[in-house]
Amino acid sequence: MASYVLRRLLQAVLILLGVSLVTFVLLYLVPADPARQIAGRSATADTVESIRRQLGLDQPFPVQYWRYLTGLVQGDLGRSYLQKTEVGELIWSRLPATLLLMLGAIVCELVLGLTMGVVAAVKKNSLVDRGLMITSFVSVSAPQFVVGILLLYVFAVQLGWFPIGGYGTAAHLVLPSLTLGILGAGWYSRMMRSSMLDVLRQDFIRTARAKGLSRARVIMGHALPNAILPIIAMIGIDIGIFMSGIVVVESVFGWPGIGQLAWQAIQRIDIPIIMGVTLVSACAIVLGNLVADLVAPFVDPRIKLR
Amino acid sequence: MPPAADEGRIAPPVRRRPGRAGAVLGALLRRGSAAFGLAVIAVVVAAAVAAPWIAPYSPDEQLFEGLTLEGAPLPPNAQFWLGTDLLGRDLFSRLLYGAQTSLVIGVVANGIAVVVGTLVGVVAGFFRGVVGTVLMRFTDLMMAFPALLLAIVLAALFSPSLWIVALVIAMVNWVQVARVVYTETRSLAERDFVEAERGLGAGPGRILFLHILPHLVSTIVVWATLGISTTVLLEATLSFLGIGVQPPTPSWGNIIFENQTYFQSAPWLVFIPGAAIVVLALAFNLVGDALRDVLDPTLKGRH
Amino acid sequence: MRKTLLAGSAAIALGLGLAFAGPAAAQEPKQGGSMIVTYKDDVTTLDPAIGYDWQNWSMIKSLFDGLMDYEPGTTNLVTDLAESYEVAPDGLTYTFKLRPGVKFHNGREMVAGDVKYSIERVLDPATQSPGAGFFGAVESIETPDDSTVVFNLSRPDATFLHVMALNFAHVVPKEAVDEWGPDFGKHPVGTGAFKLKEWTLGQRVVFERNADYYQEGLPRLDEIVFEVGQEPVVALLRLQRGEVDIAGDSIPPAKFLEVTQDPAYSDYIVVGNQLHTGYVTMNVNIKPFDDPRVRKAVNMAINKDRIVRIINGRAAPANQPLPPLMPGYAEDYEGYAFDPEAAKALLAEAGYGDGIATELYVANTDPQPRIAQAIQQDLAAIGIAAEIQSLAQANVIAAGGTRLGAPMIWSGGMAWIADFPDPSNFYGPILGCGGAVEGGWNWSWYCNEELDKQAVAADSMADPAKAEERIALWRDIFVKIMDDAPWAPVFNERRYTIKSPRLQGPEGIFVDPVHIPVHYDYVWANDVQ
Repeated sequence: MASYVLRRLLQAVLILLGVSLVTFVLLYLVPADPARQIAGRSATADTVESIRRQLGLDQPFPVQYWRYLTGLVQGDLGRSYLQKTEVGELIWSRLPATLLLMLGAIVCELVLGLTMGVVAAVKKNSLVDRGLMITSFVSVSAPQFVVGILLLYVFAVQLGWFPIGGYGTAAHLVLPSLTLGILGAGWYSRMMRSSMLDVLRQDFIRTARAKGLSRARVIMGHALPNAILPIIAMIGIDIGIFMSGIVVVESVFGWPGIGQLAWQAIQRIDIPIIMGVTLVSACAIVLGNLVADLVAPFVDPRIKLR
Repeated sequence: MPPAADEGRIAPPVRRRPGRAGAVLGALLRRGSAAFGLAVIAVVVAAAVAAPWIAPYSPDEQLFEGLTLEGAPLPPNAQFWLGTDLLGRDLFSRLLYGAQTSLVIGVVANGIAVVVGTLVGVVAGFFRGVVGTVLMRFTDLMMAFPALLLAIVLAALFSPSLWIVALVIAMVNWVQVARVVYTETRSLAERDFVEAERGLGAGPGRILFLHILPHLVSTIVVWATLGISTTVLLEATLSFLGIGVQPPTPSWGNIIFENQTYFQSAPWLVFIPGAAIVVLALAFNLVGDALRDVLDPTLKGRH
Repeated sequence: MRKTLLAGSAAIALGLGLAFAGPAAAQEPKQGGSMIVTYKDDVTTLDPAIGYDWQNWSMIKSLFDGLMDYEPGTTNLVTDLAESYEVAPDGLTYTFKLRPGVKFHNGREMVAGDVKYSIERVLDPATQSPGAGFFGAVESIETPDDSTVVFNLSRPDATFLHVMALNFAHVVPKEAVDEWGPDFGKHPVGTGAFKLKEWTLGQRVVFERNADYYQEGLPRLDEIVFEVGQEPVVALLRLQRGEVDIAGDSIPPAKFLEVTQDPAYSDYIVVGNQLHTGYVTMNVNIKPFDDPRVRKAVNMAINKDRIVRIINGRAAPANQPLPPLMPGYAEDYEGYAFDPEAAKALLAEAGYGDGIATELYVANTDPQPRIAQAIQQDLAAIGIAAEIQSLAQANVIAAGGTRLGAPMIWSGGMAWIADFPDPSNFYGPILGCGGAVEGGWNWSWYCNEELDKQAVAADSMADPAKAEERIALWRDIFVKIMDDAPWAPVFNERRYTIKSPRLQGPEGIFVDPVHIPVHYDYVWANDVQ
């Protein structure tokens, strides 16, 4: 176990190194001159040259990348070109909002997805089942910006139940979380349904029924806990979907997280911020996958760590 | 992006040679959801192909009578069936032409992604060795990227035309296919009958073309179908962010991008193209899912 | 670069046309209270040497002071930290006497050495200030005593007093800069009417009244809360509910007609004109725009009235680079009237009767691509097929600064923003030879050496007695530029500030031409007891 984790962590570091290299290369190739942007509209050529030198942008690519890496090892993500603030500080200050949103999304997808899945399994092949499965298909086929704008329009503008956007209270959290989580809810409901059907077929459920326990008791007390575990184990993998989703969801709802930070930085080609957010996201994805793999054997003894 | 992380959620590898295409189609049509999906796809394809003949206006023509005197768009009416957009263009005509964009990108981008992904997966899974290891490590690396962020950065790198957008999407989406094909190829390559062939002195080419690739076909067909849905959604998202297909070429995503600030006063401009995206993506998902069931009898009846 | 609202409009607005100043304006100002201002984008920095965008421009002006400033709501220069100044007859020496007893927020008295330090800090490349270029004429700064600063210039500069009023010339205390280093922008210390109380990154910035402020009775408010990350649509709704006092990003386009046509909001809206021009540049190095006839044809082809209608009338059609309220605007200049037939004839005469294929670059934020499409349709009508390149702003700027990069650019979102109300600011970097260099801002690459000479001559006329003659010279320069038509000016944007009726202030401060968007120091609340 320990050696497995160690090996996976080592792999993770290599992967992140690769991510940093690929991103750095891509941003190096973007046809915009950071020094010019910093220097402003009335700068002289000397000023631009001096800024370029200070930022090390006059150095060959390997040197620039090496400098970035040495900073990274010391936990230094550099300073934003245009805001002059430490990238680490910028990300850190926005991370709570993004984590809160993701947490809300996880709650939404689990509550919605699992409920739909259980109901569908229990009512197998009924109209309810078909209706729920169609809903789950629709929810995985809807782009998040459409879902977000639709929820805004119906629940915030027309019904006025929730604020139109912004950040701060629990009410603000509902619609963005739902938007981010609805995709996962679709997947989870289908997984939950088949997982539940598997469990319901097994011997111990039949035994429980035979012992005279009520249908509801059997489902809630015996089947559900067994069916739910393999699904909980997948949450780590959701991080990847979330990391893409936040760019759109945060911009639709004006949520002050790292997705908006990244989007604004891309508009202005503020390279240190783009690098920083990409690395932090990649880190989260890699860790999420690792956690999912580590949890898997506990919920399903057939899986072995290799 | 649905299939992005569903590796563990998708059905196990397909283990049977697919039946004849006609039989598969028949099986699909017997399933209500898949038949619905096929019908939707047929309608969208027909609309895209026939757009020049059925569109009441040119999609790019900014009509003077298409705006109020204050410059506000018109709601659906007898002259403009689905209303007009913020430039006074006919929304119905733009939707028809937008279907072309979505389908072309869906097919081209996803086609490239499937070909590249299959190539990488087969090479890494069958030949292994240094090349295989490098390819799979690179695939792992790509998996660690937040897909949308990567696509956005790539789009910033080039001036996005229709083909560039397709290429960018392909560069992001091949990874999923590569993973799945790799896993499947490896498991096939370790199977007894392949070992037996090898023992009988069959060369790698013969094994690959006679025993591996035919078994992969159904997986690839399923992924190619599901992948179009992913592609359509990613294209719409990029266009929604203003970095997709260049205006005035209409795409369902950039129609929403151009009109999103008006979603309160002119909701039709956002929700009609939004519905179009959902329905098309849904259609490909339904067909893909049904294909998986049809091509893989071990799963039949479980969904 | 300052960020913009609709089409690159952090421009300096002349505070005329205060359309809806109710009778309340006559009330006596009250002291105390607070207000909430919202913005969508984060406040990037409050360092006066660095800050250069829509929301921090006026914020910095409330935290810091410079030697010069403008009368609230106007473009009339007045002294600020300087008590008086003298200009030598040759225009090469400016001597400022400092106001005594002005204290920084840290309690120390401001002296001449601080002024010298602050300007030299901006000029130091290590500071990476985007304002360094404004001080090109400064040769040396002397401080004969603690209350006197002498600027020696290498050439006469008629705009020098305006430059001294820029944020980049605001005075900072060295010890605070040394203490915080690059983070000074997060821990600003100045002499201004307000001081920073609290800053939660990405959420809110709070200013509190500087009790030691040198101007008696200012500021009026005890506190200003800036909430960031607020979508304009949300901000507007909250303002209607009374939760917000000023929606800093103005009225979102989608709500514009609804709000401006509703009489219930007449107390909320203040309209001003601004020194902004939205224009199309044509790169004179790229065929067919090397031919002035083609450039003129483009000027005639664009239906400016229709474009103004598309943006709901938030602007007025333009026919020259200078906006109407800028000194030097040519009232009687007629420009190129909308005439597609004449445009076609001009194209045919230039040998392009068969049509032209080219590219139109545009920033990819709404509504710019939409305006570009309107221009595209107009150009198509005379046979110019302009393919739209809608890119991130930084990429468009980079393409514009490349010699053969972008044939045409719609300036929206990046348009020239006057840094101070003087016509010279609309020339040098964007229409003069100096800007027509790699990485420069003269995207039409127009370089007329004759006009460059005239521009230098005009800006050498530092003698205030010659001001009128100088402005007339500038007027001629811009008319001559239009003869060569490197730009197609499209419209001048209007500025709309939306605020709660409880806020009051002297005329013009809510669309202040310099303290953009609002002159916070003079705002007061009429519900304070």
